[in-house]
Amino acid sequence: MYASGKYSSRGPALIPRMKTKHRIYYIALFSVVLLGLIATGMFQFWPHSIESSAEWTLEKGSVHDAPLIRLPASSPIPERGDLSCRMHTCFDVYRCGYNPKNKIKVYIYPLQRFVDEFGVPISSTGLSREYNDLLSAISDSDFYTDDVTRACLFIPSIDVLNQNSLRIRETAQALAMLPRWDKGMNHLLFNMLPGGPPDYNTALDVPRDRALLAGGGFSTWTYRQGYDVSIPVYSPLSADVMLPERQPGPRRYFILSSQTAIHREYRAELERLKEENGEALLLLDKCSNLSQGAASARKRCYKGQVYDYPQILQESSFCVVLRGARLGQAALSDVLQAGCVPVILADSYILPFSEVLDWKRASVVIPEEKLSEMYTILKSIPHRQVEEMQRQAHWFWEAYFSSMKAIGLTTLQIVNDRIYPYAARTYEQWNNPPVVKWSSVNSPLFLPLIPPRAPGFTAVVLTYDRVESLFRVITEISKVPSLAKLLVVWNNQNKSPPEESLWPKVGVPLKVVRTKENKLSNRFFPYDEIETEAVLAIDDDIIMLTSDELQFGYEVWREFPDRLVGYPGRLHLWDHEMGKWKYESEWTNEVSMVLTGAAFYHKYFNYLYTYKMPGDIKNWVDAHMNCEDIAMNFLVANITGKAPIKVTPRKKFKCPECTAIDGLSLDQTHMVERSECINKFASVFGTMPLKVVEHRADPVLYKDDFPEKLKSFPNIGSL
Amino acid sequence: MQAKKRYLILLSAGACLALLFYLGGVELPAARRSRQDRSRSGYRPEQPWPHYSDPLHGFVPWDQTDTEDYNLHISARQKRDVNRSVYRGKRCRMDSCFDFSLCQKNGFKVYVYPQQKGEKISESYQNILSTIEGSRFYTSDPGQACLFVLSLDTLDRDQLSPQYVHNLKTKVQSLPLWNDGRNHLIFNLYSGTWPDYTEDLGFDIGQAMLAKASIGAENFRPRFDVSIPLFSKEHPRTGGERGFLKYNTIPPFRKYMLVFKGKRYLTGIGSDTRNALYHVHNAEDVVLLTTCKHGKDWQKHKDARCDKDNAEYDKYDYKEMLHNSTFCLVPRGRRLGSFRFLEALQIPTTVRSIHQDKILSLRQQTQFLWEAYFSSVEKIVLTTLEIIQDRVLEHGSRSSLMWNSHPGGLFALPQYSGYLGDFPFYYATLGIKPYPKFTAVIHAVSPLVSQSQPILKLLVAVAKSQYCAQIIVLWNCDKPLPAKHRWPATSVPVIVIEGENKVMSSRFLPYETIVTDAVLSLDEDTVLSTTEVDFAFTVWQSFPERIVGYPARSHFWDSNKERWGYTSKWTNDYSMVLTGAAMFHRYYHYLYTHYLPTSLKNMVDQLANCEDILMNFLVSAVTKLPPIKITQKKQYKETMMGQSSRASRWADPDHFAQRQTCMNKFASWFGAMPLVHSQMRLDPVLFKDQVSILRKKYRDIERL
Repeated sequence: MYASGKYSSRGPALIPRMKTKHRIYYIALFSVVLLGLIATGMFQFWPHSIESSAEWTLEKGSVHDAPLIRLPASSPIPERGDLSCRMHTCFDVYRCGYNPKNKIKVYIYPLQRFVDEFGVPISSTGLSREYNDLLSAISDSDFYTDDVTRACLFIPSIDVLNQNSLRIRETAQALAMLPRWDKGMNHLLFNMLPGGPPDYNTALDVPRDRALLAGGGFSTWTYRQGYDVSIPVYSPLSADVMLPERQPGPRRYFILSSQTAIHREYRAELERLKEENGEALLLLDKCSNLSQGAASARKRCYKGQVYDYPQILQESSFCVVLRGARLGQAALSDVLQAGCVPVILADSYILPFSEVLDWKRASVVIPEEKLSEMYTILKSIPHRQVEEMQRQAHWFWEAYFSSMKAIGLTTLQIVNDRIYPYAARTYEQWNNPPVVKWSSVNSPLFLPLIPPRAPGFTAVVLTYDRVESLFRVITEISKVPSLAKLLVVWNNQNKSPPEESLWPKVGVPLKVVRTKENKLSNRFFPYDEIETEAVLAIDDDIIMLTSDELQFGYEVWREFPDRLVGYPGRLHLWDHEMGKWKYESEWTNEVSMVLTGAAFYHKYFNYLYTYKMPGDIKNWVDAHMNCEDIAMNFLVANITGKAPIKVTPRKKFKCPECTAIDGLSLDQTHMVERSECINKFASVFGTMPLKVVEHRADPVLYKDDFPEKLKSFPNIGSL
Repeated sequence: MQAKKRYLILLSAGACLALLFYLGGVELPAARRSRQDRSRSGYRPEQPWPHYSDPLHGFVPWDQTDTEDYNLHISARQKRDVNRSVYRGKRCRMDSCFDFSLCQKNGFKVYVYPQQKGEKISESYQNILSTIEGSRFYTSDPGQACLFVLSLDTLDRDQLSPQYVHNLKTKVQSLPLWNDGRNHLIFNLYSGTWPDYTEDLGFDIGQAMLAKASIGAENFRPRFDVSIPLFSKEHPRTGGERGFLKYNTIPPFRKYMLVFKGKRYLTGIGSDTRNALYHVHNAEDVVLLTTCKHGKDWQKHKDARCDKDNAEYDKYDYKEMLHNSTFCLVPRGRRLGSFRFLEALQIPTTVRSIHQDKILSLRQQTQFLWEAYFSSVEKIVLTTLEIIQDRVLEHGSRSSLMWNSHPGGLFALPQYSGYLGDFPFYYATLGIKPYPKFTAVIHAVSPLVSQSQPILKLLVAVAKSQYCAQIIVLWNCDKPLPAKHRWPATSVPVIVIEGENKVMSSRFLPYETIVTDAVLSLDEDTVLSTTEVDFAFTVWQSFPERIVGYPARSHFWDSNKERWGYTSKWTNDYSMVLTGAAMFHRYYHYLYTHYLPTSLKNMVDQLANCEDILMNFLVSAVTKLPPIKITQKKQYKETMMGQSSRASRWADPDHFAQRQTCMNKFASWFGAMPLVHSQMRLDPVLFKDQVSILRKKYRDIERL
């Protein structure tokens, strides 16, 4: 084409010598060029016309305008799924790559309408509402990428949720036609109703090569553990019905059976149970006088009495979910939504998301053979457990069953957890409902372990300029046998610490760190110089603690290494008049905090205080130059769920220097400020984590009539 | 005219050309671009999947009732039978290859075939068998059994191994109870041999379950086989060492980040992983050492790196490395399932991305798993049996939390309750508290003769406690029950239970009448005030998994006699709190009765002594922590205070000697000394403080 253009551009030079013959020649030539042009134009436009119409559909948003793909009869069919497939054999995990977010990238194929040679669609329903919801939820999520080259998981837009509406062979051909199919590697299919009459396979019958299957009715024989994902069968009622919130507790009925399609053998068995146990059981069936349709799905009958479904589910403690032709039942979703504890009778059924969900906490699984013993088995479950299960069941529904979005994203998260196992969500994250997440604890120091005495502890002394008192403290502490190191945190930027020669001579290493700013939080910094687990935080004016008292404190810390172990205890109280928390200092019978003017604790809490303190608490403490000890008590109690340990009778730190300013008015403003701290922190934590106890720790032979020299800690100070 | 035509032709030619360019080569890319732009605007970045506006069908029509056909044709029972005949061998599952009905009558009982004369059994397999025989699952009657274990050594199925048992096939087939392996459990550590290391055992296991080390995903039959750890013949039979973790230093990083030291194989299975390790080795914090020295003819396969690698290999001490590394690499060996070498290459980056907190908790979890399930052959075997029992129990099995958190599945028995809140271990995880009242259980052994007897005073004092829900008097006295009116009137119910066998252990039976989580265990002659009872309960609420009480005792290692000693002297520490006046969780009643072997309980019953020591052993074995002694109180019995002339078991000179013997007997059954010392006791906050007595909540406690 270009050549002909070039040729005609040379035209003018030739024209002067033209004759009529030439003119005809030229006209003919131009016609040819013109025809060629038109042909080119046609050629360029035709093949793209389907694509371009597809774009228009997307903008208009109608599925009927999705591109039509005709499948040749000879189009290849994928192999049947390989039962030995595992993530390392049939899935290319390396396509997901290492990425800092540890998140897989998911691509969704654009919608196409597949038809066979005769123009008959491969599916009787086409894209279903549910699959559309699922795909749009995924595309709205963090997993989504529209860049096919970066994706590591591909989701076909071919809807295979319900096998009944599919033509199996043609659907398989359509899958194989997908541009990135590549033997199904890294492809994920969602199917909720597998198999068909008469034998109802428990996995999708569509041949699919190596594709992963998120299936809604796997049995232990078809489920490829660690490869497939078992998903729930979505109940359309989830979206239509809002059930009122119901607190866990006893219900009107004990057992309810609400499924309409129960095998007659099982129905007979249920009838027998009903005869034996009477009112405790409610056996519902479909209403014979209602025509089929959406309305009948919302009604159930028992001897002419009509009940609203699924509302009636809320009236029972346990709800039977029996297998039908398929193992997976949409009724499970309805039952969970109602906060009714499902009693699942479906032998060999792989429960939805059982890879991550602990179904023991939300359901009762009974072998089909033991249906007749169901009543006895359920009666043996303690009430508290039933309530816990009701709560858990509803929370499972809310988090993992309630919408196609929930189902889809949970599936992706499970695949994600397998690909990045080191960043996988924990058991607690998957299974603990939000209430429990708030109130339960999550300390990384959970192992019952009494650390050896030998490493000793590091004393961290925070000081500003009271050198004389500091030196006295150092001299006193150095007498404690288990002291391993002294670390002085010099918080005064205007003045240098005294020369090395002036410091008291002690038998352990003494280090001084100078801080950049005079902040209280400097005392809780996880200095590299602290090499022991145990830290003794101590003020530069605490000289009244005896060596025995300190050593005993360390011994008690070893028995409770995940707690704050301190001397004077303090208490928080609820002030009913003011409707807020109040700080209480001395002479109480209870303790919920210990002062960190002298306290042992694990170095881990320094790290927590510095880097993981919630909200603006740290800045607040530094700005007010107060309450760092209360903040520390909150932090430790919150993560461990445990109270601090107060040791020995000590009630206050009396330092000779401070008696003068220990005035009453000062005391009162101090108390007000501390109370403010408690209220502030409680609001930041969103809860009151402090735990109140009525005990303190003393040496075993404290105050015993026993020779002092035989006591390990004879010199325990007084108040 | 000519010129005009000429220009016309020129113009049309130009126009044609322009058109050609427009439609042809030049314009097309632009058109494509614009098309893409359009599609981009269709796929709005935040909304890439279009929201279709048309009314779509639901994926399941309302009138689809899928069981109509099914109902007519296949009975569910038939379907189950079909499964049983179809899914055999490699596709065995509990539903198809296991006969649950055998476990129904007598519960989960395990039968071990009697050992044939002349059959040699390896030490490891002997350990497995004796563990089963010593466990509470054992039965000597095959008619009672639900699980069968062979006495033929199947541990080592490597034909080149000296332990290999020949003709296993015929031997197994000739067993009268074999029944194609149904309900049989086969233990195996090694299978296959060089060069392919198949997982074939060399005989047909039929429908038997396999408890096997290094089992690959391809051969593992989910929820049927059990994957067990590979253990050496030096692995201790019982007890086992505690984990090596002593410190939880922060930051948790050790000298090395990641280490490995092992053979490289050079060729064949598993070699590509190990041959690639040198890429990651940096001799600083990532030390991955391989040696080429493997087998006799390693020189033949030797490659260019071998000499350097071998030299580097010898520089490091394996133990030193293990103890000083944050992570240890576990690459696949000859056996073991799949492990991709690329993953190995990725590990240092991955490992470095793991957060400090996570390292701390991972490290502690390794210790927990080791101590709970791996540290002895007994634990490995019992864990295997418990896993199978969980499958048999189905609705009464353990939840994952019970398996994966302290104290683990061997101590958390699901038969007690399926509800986690009924155990003393999960309160914090569940964010709940124990029931706020207690049940007192008084162990009565002497007849009621006078109204001044200590038991009556005790009843009154305990009943006055604000936390007391009920009092159970366990009548273990030979004399008949006293008439109802002989008991003092109390505000809480007093339930008298007549002990059936009148044995010591019956005081720790899990009576159904105990409805509270806390049990206050009392001897009949214990002297306690209401305040003391109240205080004990408030302390117990903070330590619900421990024994909290008054009378403390201690154990020590008597190096002269090479045995454990028991002392009731006043010492600076203690390791037991006697159950004559102690509060603990009712779950320990259950554990005492169902976890401990009959041999120990019989010993206690025959001596009528040591039940309190045994309880302390049990609780400390579970918690790994000492009990908690409260307040100064030392003497807690009238007899001890010398006011009673009645002969008590405490006055018996044999009594003390028996307790020494008990200690040693118990320690040997537990495989180690579980007791832990504590140096502190807990007192009320204002205990003996020089402040007005009126300020104090627990005033009576100070009066001795």
